This record gives sequence, structure tokens and C-alpha cells, in this order.
Amino acid sequence: MQRVKLTINGKEVEAPVGSTILEAAEMIGVDIPRLCYDPDLSPMGACRLCVVEVKGNRLLPAACVTPVTEGMVVETESPSVVEARKTILELLVANHPLDCMTCDKMGDCKLAEYCYRYNVKDSPFTGEKHHYAIDDSNPFIIRDLNKCILCGACVRACEEMTGQDNLSYLYRGFHRKATTAGDVPYIESDCVFCGQCVAVCPTGALTEKSMAGQARRWEMEKVRTTCPFCGTGCNFDLAVKDGRIIGVLSAEDAPVNGRMLCVKGRFAWDFIYNEKRLTTPLIKKDGQFVEAT
Amino acid sequence: MTNPINEITEEAELLFLIGTNATEAHPVIGYKMRQAARRGAKMIVCDPRRIDLVDEADYWLQIKPGTDIPLLNGLMHIIIKEGLEDKEFIAERTENYEALKETVERYTPEYVSELTGVPVEDLYAVARLYATTDKAMIFYTLGITEHICGTRNVMSIANLAMLTGHLGRPGTGVCPMRGQNNVQGACDMGALPNVYPGYQAVTNDEIREKFEKAWGVSLSPKVGLKIPEMFDAAHEGKVKAMYILGENPVLTDPNANHVRAALEKLEFLVVQELFLTETAEYADVILPAASFAECDGTFTNTERRVQRVRKAIEPIPGQANWQTICQMATRVGFPMHYEHPSEIWDEMASLTPSMAGINYNRLEKGSLQWPCTTDDHPGTPYLHKGKFTRGLGLFQPADHVPPAEMPDREYPFLLSTGRILYHYNVTTPYSSGIAELWDKEMAEIHPEDAERLGLETGQQVKIVSRRGEVISAVKVTERVQPGMIWMSFHHSATPTNALTSDALDPTTGTGEYKVCAVRIEKLPEAANA
Ligand code: SF4
Ligand code: SF4
Ligand code: SF4
Repeated sequence: MQRVKLTINGKEVEAPVGSTILEAAEMIGVDIPRLCYDPDLSPMGACRLCVVEVKGNRLLPAACVTPVTEGMVVETESPSVVEARKTILELLVANHPLDCMTCDKMGDCKLAEYCYRYNVKDSPFTGEKHHYAIDDSNPFIIRDLNKCILCGACVRACEEMTGQDNLSYLYRGFHRKATTAGDVPYIESDCVFCGQCVAVCPTGALTEKSMAGQARRWEMEKVRTTCPFCGTGCNFDLAVKDGRIIGVLSAEDAPVNGRMLCVKGRFAWDFIYNEKRLTTPLIKKDGQFVEAT
Repeated sequence: MTNPINEITEEAELLFLIGTNATEAHPVIGYKMRQAARRGAKMIVCDPRRIDLVDEADYWLQIKPGTDIPLLNGLMHIIIKEGLEDKEFIAERTENYEALKETVERYTPEYVSELTGVPVEDLYAVARLYATTDKAMIFYTLGITEHICGTRNVMSIANLAMLTGHLGRPGTGVCPMRGQNNVQGACDMGALPNVYPGYQAVTNDEIREKFEKAWGVSLSPKVGLKIPEMFDAAHEGKVKAMYILGENPVLTDPNANHVRAALEKLEFLVVQELFLTETAEYADVILPAASFAECDGTFTNTERRVQRVRKAIEPIPGQANWQTICQMATRVGFPMHYEHPSEIWDEMASLTPSMAGINYNRLEKGSLQWPCTTDDHPGTPYLHKGKFTRGLGLFQPADHVPPAEMPDREYPFLLSTGRILYHYNVTTPYSSGIAELWDKEMAEIHPEDAERLGLETGQQVKIVSRRGEVISAVKVTERVQPGMIWMSFHHSATPTNALTSDALDPTTGTGEYKVCAVRIEKLPEAANA
């Protein structure tokens, strides 16, 4: 494979032709913040949080969509880059509920992570906030689009992973929304409840209903296992809190399925706690089952 | 599967799906097929129903149920007539080609079109496309095997792949997708009447002696009974006791009334289960089972990939299933003691050459696909590279076998059964979320038939076959052909298998779930109020 040489933060890197600045940076352990970028989805270059400074370029290109070139000199945390990122984050939190203390995604939220990294507490921008009704009309997924940052990961996951094409952007400007056709609740849409959109959402906009209020992300013990339903052999993590399973989380390194699952693997595990589970041996006596002694 | 799942998106240029509704039965494989098609791979779907993947397909062959062999023979007929067969592959790697040629000679496009209902042009187009595409994979599931001619269907698929050299390379192959999570693993472990783990024949003296020595007991050289034979034998009073683990034959086996009567006759029945199932009702003793989240172990998926299952919570019945089995064995006179499932694996692997290289330490680092014969063997993603297990690939020509029971005046509808997305056999109804979404059977019926009978979606009807009857709601949809009804078998309120045929494939003992004749009776208004 042909490779090009470039410099990132003063370090030399050799990256395959066609890789992006973001990928080249990852090769030497430089973490460029990103919200809309997802290695499993097509690049979009929309959130612009991954902007970097490239010597000789007056604009700040988005690292996730800019290919490396020979001799390129890149700075990923220069003052102008940091300032640009702060502004982007401030604009995002200007229209965000900021109820992080009770948000189920806390601990695994990219928005919160980067606000912490760039010390964004609130926003100098004031303006209208969304007051979308929370969609919890289905048994599995809670959708709180007030927390949505329009990264489009859910739209791409639904189309590119599952191929269900259930989500797209509706409306314009401030009212722009990543939602179902006709903006109906999931339960009334063509959703097949694979939960891929939940697995890729970087914020608390899409979360697992079974986990609501059950545990902070860092308290969850993750146990890697294999799906008990069909012969595909998907792997995932069971999320366990205090000896009780509270949900299923995608495992990106799962050999067969990556982060993809279907409704059964992701959401049907709760049969485990069905009250009809048999817990003790039974013996039939005169046509009736009685507990064995 | 001869080839791994990941080749669907990474290698294949053509996917030929026959009798498999992947987006519902194997959803993640279905997603990958869809991804491949959208990235430009060609797709052929052969199914009597308009399944979801038809939307992605280049060709949809809407065959009449039970006509897979004529279709496949017809494709081979065209391929040979047009000289598109892989002559080198046939000469070097196969035998009995002349017999195949002779059989498929009779399956002219016109004759096949008449039998299958597929237009002649489509037969030509599909035959040429499959034969001339370098990397073409075939997928099938129960739509192929659950017929009285299931074994011959499978042979015909293998014939087609061999004829065109689509085996033994990445992006090719014949891929039966195994239904349940671990049906592959259970078969691999010898949960079959004729083999020990790794498909080592019980009738082979040398193999039997190896196991006798390892276990310190004498073993029977006789092949045991297949599941339907067991129920027949129970009927006749020859089988007197059964120990059923994690199966619910009353709901899932064809001709449920026969199964019930057989269980009734047993002198002693033990059922180890999660729930008080329809089958467990017949038990004398019920042992509570632990779920996948409560046990350590392995599952082997449809591509022979052995993967770890890990205990996440304490077993709800107090112990893991293997512990219960060990105690049973010990009580009936064979002391069985293991500290951990890895010891059971190691014992099995020490007696099974194809698994000898797999152990829990290696699985901790990642899954492995058998055959994996030594500690440094990387596993085998695809089979038949350069050579078939038996040496030369044997063409086994097959002729059309009509289904055992076809619609007639008394029972004018053809009933076919299968799985739906929201359920997996019979455990999923115990998931509260799933139950909320899909809480009852919806028998699919074509709008023409519905109109003639005056039926609307949601209405309850009685569906009657020669063997039994069930009540079900109907769903009016063009997914099915006129004259056909399609049902799943996940709900105990509508035990679809009370209807299905007890005709069996003579080789495998698999029931013909895919075709039987039924009639529909409207219920009095009150029943639908
Ligand atoms: S759950 Fe699956 S089908 Fe439904 S919107 Fe999300 S990605 Fe699409
Ligand atoms: S719901 Fe989540 S994934 Fe979808 S656009 Fe909003 S933030 Fe992104
Ligand atoms: S998640 Fe769905 S596709 Fe994957 S193994 Fe489980 S049931 Fe099959």
C-alpha cells in the first residue's frame, strides 16, 4: 500500500494514501474530538468539532473528511482550533437541557466529555430552546430529541447498518430534526427496533428504556456474551448492576456483528426475569405439580 | 455454512437466497445481505412469499411451494445447454457428472416454468447470472430443508454450486443458515442419534472404543432414534422414559396432537426448562433451567464459530444446567464431576480431532471456527478448499418430489410456516417488551382470498387441517400468493403445529412444515366482537 508522510503535532506519521487526518492522528494516539464521525458509518463532516490547523491553509478543515497529503503539517490543539471547538460546543449547549446530573447517558456522552475537555460550562449564546415531547411510546427506546445535536449518526445507522431507512432529517433551520417519516413516534413508524440508532447516538437523545434510572454508566459491569436467539452468533455485553441485568450494550469488536444487533438480541433478554420462571424442581402428584422436597 | 458471514459484505458479487427469509430469521445476516446489495452485489431471491429482501433483489423467483428441485434442475439444464458449466472444476473435483446431466436434461425451461410458476426469461437470466459471476454465494434455511424432499433439495443446491465451481474459495459456497443459536454446537457435540462429538460415527468400532476407554463404560454400536421416531416409539410403548432439555416439541414439532399423545404414553418424563411450557405440563418431574445469562459455556454459530457465553448473574434456579445434568448422571449411576464447563470442553476436545485445538484460554482471546486441530491452528473460515471431505464432490441428481399433501377441494389452502422477526421459537413471548409488540399470531392471507371469504385484518378465523384446528387472527397482505396461508408458531394460543403435516424427510426425519393443506372457517360474529 502506498503511504504518505506527514507531521501531526510535531510528530512524523506515515499513513496509507487515502486515509484522513483523523485516522492518521489515531495511528499515533492523538485523539481528535468528534461528534458526527463514527468509524462504522459514512463520513459526514457536519459537526466540525474535529477541525484542525493545516499549515498553509487559512481555513480549519474537518479532520474526518480531509485526506492526508505528503508533507502536510497538522496541529490538532492550536489556539485557533481550541477556540473554534469551544464556539461549536457553546452553540450546541445553548440549546441543550443540561440536565446531566440525571441523564442516563452521563459517563458515555460525547457532548459532556468534550465540554469537560474544553471547559464549556454553559453558553454565552442565548435563544430559543426546543420543547419536544419525549417519545417513550415503545417498549425499548426513549427518544428525547431535546438532547439531540443533529450529528446524524442515527440516520446513517438506520440506513447503512440495518437498511431500514426509517430516519431522515425533517424541517429547516432551528426546527431541523432527525426523525421518522412524518415525525411520528417510533412505534408508529417502520422501526424494527434493532436499536442501532441507540448504539451510535453520542448523547442522551436515544437511550435504552430498560436502563432508565437504573445505574450510571460507570457503575455498570459489562459481561461479554453470545446471543441466545438465532444462529447468527452475535456478541454483545450484558450490562449488570448489583447482580442484576439491566440491558444490552453493543460491542464494537464483536466478530460477526460489530455493533449491529436485532430486536431480539438487544431487547428480548428480559425473559430472564419473567415472573413465570421456574425456580425449584417440581414433581407431579395426583395431576398437580408440587415443589420437590 | 461452507463460508463465513463476513464474506457477504467483503467478498461476494452475487447472493442467491433460496427458501430463507434472512431479515426475520437471521436479522443481522439479513442486514449484511442488504448492505451488500446496496453496494452493488447482485441478489436473487427465490421464495413463494414477498419477503423484505425482495425489495433489494435483482430477481425474485416466486416459486410455488415445494418446487425447488425442478427450479434448480432447470437452472442447471440451461447452464449445461449454454456451456456455462465450470469444466475444469467438474473434471478435477467431482464425480458422477454424467448422471446429473442425464437427469437435468429432462428439465427444460418450459417444463420447469410450468411446475414452478417462474417465467422462462427469468430462468435464463438467473442461470446465466449465477453461472457467470465469479464469486457467488448460495444461502438457504428451513424453506429448503423442511420438506419431505429436504435432503434432495440440499443435494440439488450442492449440485448447482459444484456445476459452476462455486465452492472452496472466498465469496462462494453453500450456506445453510442454522436456526437456533446453538443448534450447530449441539450437533457438533454429538446430540444426534448416530454420532459422537465431531460427527464421529457410533457404528465405527475404533471410534467407539476410544470413547469407551475414555468414559470407562461400554457403549452401544447401534444408531439411536431421531426425534420423530422417538415419539412414534413412545406411542408404541417401546420408549418408556424421556429427558427433554430446553425443547418444547408440543409447540414446535409438526403434528402436535401426535406428540401430545406420545408424551401421554410415557411412563416417566423429565423436563428441564425455564418455564412451565406446554411440554413440561406432561412431565412427572420438572427441573428448573438456568438461562444463557446464568451459565458459562460456548455457543457455536451457523459458520462453525465457537464463542464464549459468560455467566453475568447468579443462576436463578440455584445452579447452572451442566451441574443439574451432572447430578442426574451421578444419581443414575455414572458419577460425573467437573469444576467448570471448560473441563467438559477439554474432555470433549481430547476425543475430537476437529476441535482439538480449541480451548477456553484461546476463546478468551477471540472466537475460533472449527476444524481447528492443533493449539496453533488458526481455525477454518471456509471449507472445501482444494478438496472435499470425501475427496471428490459427488453429484447426486434428484427428481421432483411433490409435497406429501397438496390443497384439494376439502382443504383448498396451502399452509406454509416460518419465523417472524420479533420471536425466536418459544422463549421470546416471555419478554414483556416483545409480547407488547407482537402478542398474537397473524395468519397471512392474500387480499383476493380475503375478499372472497369476506375477511379483514384482525378478524379471527378457524383454520382446519386433517390433523387439527387452531383459532388465529388474519392479516391481509400481498406478501403471500393467492391460495396460500402463512403462519408462525410462536404463540401457545395458536399452536400452528397442530395443523402441520407429519410427513417426514426419510433421511433426516425433518418434518414437512412448509407445505400442508388447510381450510379456513369463519367464526360466528360473536367470536370477533
Ligand atoms: S431502532 Fe433500528 S429501525 Fe428503528 S429507527 Fe433505530 S436504527 Fe432505525
Ligand atoms: S438522536 Fe442522537 S444520533 Fe441522532 S442526530 Fe441526534 S444526537 Fe445524533
Ligand atoms: S442479535 Fe438477532 S441476529 Fe444477532 S444472534 Fe441474536 S437474534 Fe440473531
